[in-house]
Amino acid sequence: MARLDVRIKNLALKNPVMTASGTFGYGLEFADLMPLDGIGGIIVKGTTLKPREGNDYPRMAETASGMLNCVGLQNKGVDYFCEHIYPQIKDIDTNMIVNVSGSSPDDYAECAARIDALEKIPAIELNISCPNVKDGGMAFGVTCAGASSVVRAVRERYHKTLIVKLSPNVTNITEIARAVEAEGADSVSLINTLMGMAIDIEKRKTLLSINTGGLSGPAVKPVALRMVWQVAKAVKIPVVGLGGICTAKDAIEFMMAGATAIEIGTANFLDPTVSIKVRDGINDWLDSHGCQSVQEIIGVID
Amino acid sequence: MKKFLLDLTVRSVDRIHERYVLIKLTDEQPLPEMLPGQFVEIRVDGSPTTFLRRPISINYVDKQANELWLLVAAVGDGTRKLAELKAGDRLNCLLPLGKGFTMPQKPEERILLVGGGVGVAPLLYMGAQMAEMGCLPTFLLGARTGKDLLMLDEFRKYGRVCITTEDGSEGEKGFVTNHSLLQKEQFDRIATCGPTPMMKAVARYARKSETECEASLENLMACGLGACLCCVEKTTDGNLCVCKDGPVFNIRKLLWQD
Repeated sequence: MARLDVRIKNLALKNPVMTASGTFGYGLEFADLMPLDGIGGIIVKGTTLKPREGNDYPRMAETASGMLNCVGLQNKGVDYFCEHIYPQIKDIDTNMIVNVSGSSPDDYAECAARIDALEKIPAIELNISCPNVKDGGMAFGVTCAGASSVVRAVRERYHKTLIVKLSPNVTNITEIARAVEAEGADSVSLINTLMGMAIDIEKRKTLLSINTGGLSGPAVKPVALRMVWQVAKAVKIPVVGLGGICTAKDAIEFMMAGATAIEIGTANFLDPTVSIKVRDGINDWLDSHGCQSVQEIIGVID
Repeated sequence: MKKFLLDLTVRSVDRIHERYVLIKLTDEQPLPEMLPGQFVEIRVDGSPTTFLRRPISINYVDKQANELWLLVAAVGDGTRKLAELKAGDRLNCLLPLGKGFTMPQKPEERILLVGGGVGVAPLLYMGAQMAEMGCLPTFLLGARTGKDLLMLDEFRKYGRVCITTEDGSEGEKGFVTNHSLLQKEQFDRIATCGPTPMMKAVARYARKSETECEASLENLMACGLGACLCCVEKTTDGNLCVCKDGPVFNIRKLLWQD
């Protein structure tokens, strides 16, 4: 058994495998199928200060080796989360991390502050990269000034581990990463979905209600891996890698590219137990290659 | 209800129509408890263009034979691949998912089960479960032509079967909602599954006749577990997941008042 534990600033993970926001609900949905405490963290559904209904149906389209979604941050708001969901998830023995989104720096900060008060939530992932909402979301994540403004506002009011989730829909993702690092982010996670589109040629209509959506799944993996590699070299804070990870091999690639931890997203839909398999696969690979610890592979690609 | 991820074994695949196959699955262990109206998310192997699992409703559960029956319309790459399965193949199934139909409480309840196309599938299991409790269901099944009616012999085992076809080749001519039965009899509850225009027409009839009615929806889905929020339907309680809060909804919850 190789050592699998990693740290993201003050956040200790028993292993580097987490589940990505929006693909694993609040964890509870998967409790029958796998041991939730077997992975390093669960990043729960994007949460906003006020409830959001999300976009109209259809919100999903299957594409080659992936899918598009335009869910649009449907959630019942942070107060509902604190009152009704937090009590159900607080005793799950892993890092329960909340993905926080908003439409202005102030409401990001207010939402984060309310979650700061929850004892058993050790970290948040700040979503400045949702491509499916008109106000906020990716609008902040595609410029250094926008990203900085949100992280600055949140950092003032959020005192635990702050991970900032970056958008790949930018010219140079390393500049955004450096900007949020400068504002006090403890880590960056990347990538969120790539903005895409699909058309039904018989109906001559787009397949998604708002025409465009975020592409995820194996189709985006090479792009995500490249960006993780670039960002890991550009910042000093730990990088969390995600984008199309389906297997332990995929996860190891991201860690070799510089990710301290990884998130599994769309693959949860294909196999709800995949995160445990990836954890075990990383361990087996390390063992079979004579590695004592997962640390030995992080960032080995120059 | 506890959910399971199981590699079930294909016992048989019968092409019962040019577009439909009946797949019977079994397992070494007793199959989990499943309710009428629930569904299974199936991983389709060997179809490069099929990325996500395919939701398929539970057609019938044969407890004695330890069989789960799935009626599959081979309409796309994924379902066509399923139709090519052979006895002995394994099929990775996530089940049972969603909330099913409300079952009658008393044998004397008069329940009408209205289905069209492949939507007849879950009504067989519901009718069979009703028959087991001594409650005789009435099936009202619609199809384009007589040869498009599916599994009639099975339906006839459990209840009265009324038929409409669009070309009049079997049963009464027209749509299910044109059937004379609806003028003559009153029911305590209706359960419907089929094309949306058909279910909306059934819902209109139910509202007019003040009959309780549940409809089973089949919005496009990804996770099947209520995690991704892709399959939502607008309801009186906001956007609800068809996979977790449905697929069966009371029509009063749906915004179908057209």
